[in-house]
Amino acid sequence: MATATPSLSLPLPSGTRAPSFQLAATPEQSVSLASCAGSPVVLVFYPADFSPVCSDELALFNEVLPELQRHGARVFGVSVDSVWCHLAFARERKLRFPLLADFHPKGEMSQRYHAWREGEGVSERALYVLDGGGVIAWSDVSRPEVNPGVDGVLEALEKLSAGASSREARS
Amino acid sequence: MSRLHRPTGQEDHFQGSRDAPLLLVEFGDYQCPYCGRAYGEVKRLQEALGDRMALVFRNFPLTQAHPLALQAAEAAEAAGAQGRFWEMHDLLFENQDALELPVLLSHAEGLELDVDRFRKDLASHRYEERIRRDFMDGVRSGVNGTPTFFINGHRHDGDFSTASLLAAMTGGLGASR
Repeated sequence: MATATPSLSLPLPSGTRAPSFQLAATPEQSVSLASCAGSPVVLVFYPADFSPVCSDELALFNEVLPELQRHGARVFGVSVDSVWCHLAFARERKLRFPLLADFHPKGEMSQRYHAWREGEGVSERALYVLDGGGVIAWSDVSRPEVNPGVDGVLEALEKLSAGASSREARS
Repeated sequence: MSRLHRPTGQEDHFQGSRDAPLLLVEFGDYQCPYCGRAYGEVKRLQEALGDRMALVFRNFPLTQAHPLALQAAEAAEAAGAQGRFWEMHDLLFENQDALELPVLLSHAEGLELDVDRFRKDLASHRYEERIRRDFMDGVRSGVNGTPTFFINGHRHDGDFSTASLLAAMTGGLGASR
């Protein structure tokens, strides 16, 4: 990638209200932020289906998915690939979570989440954890060639769960 | 910088002295082709560093991508319970394209294990929980794919060639344990 965007985007900080979205997850179904109300949401922005690092990153999220779901989280991958490409990719890698197509208008959701690389026209390698009320609890952007791992997401979800149970204990 | 979440301890498989100044911890998957390549690189690294280094192997099977990885890890642990962990570990990596049960049983025979016990340990998934614990420790340590190496507790983000590992271990961080 000769025309790499020189610097990384800064993600929206925690405490910010998450931008709304509604994107296709399959040719027939779409997912909106509003439809996830009440559940923590994990957004995994990645540059492209089938590229080596993304696949490792998504393979890892795929493997750890039950741990994330223990916290009630809904997990979505997001890239600018079309639903058809996502379907082929998800089938080949046996992914167990939906991939959202930020395809038309291209990159609109990624741009709203400050997860956009204008030079290449692809999403950043960005991670977001949103609480059940749609507020950003944690965010991170990694260099495109670096697989960020799942530890940051897992810690953020654990904090949300701990916060929720201490609120329950007080009420 | 990502650090090893759980320090190495009694339950870990060590190759080399537990007191060696350089400790390399590998999180690996027996069905992962990159881990297969790293296997030879680590062998050369061990030759180069001799008793200055120790190797610890922890399990990180990506079971969704590699359907035979968990069973292979169980085989290594079951062999470990009979004192032959590293021999099985080596056989698995050297015969990575054949990880089906009959092959595992023939490895066990070749190593003169109690094959009946070995077979029962696999059937009852006796070591699955231990493997899951390794895996989740890896996740919390920032393991981001396989193989991932930690040198004296710090994640090695360079490639896994002998040269890269050797430079990292004898250069900066590696020397200061």
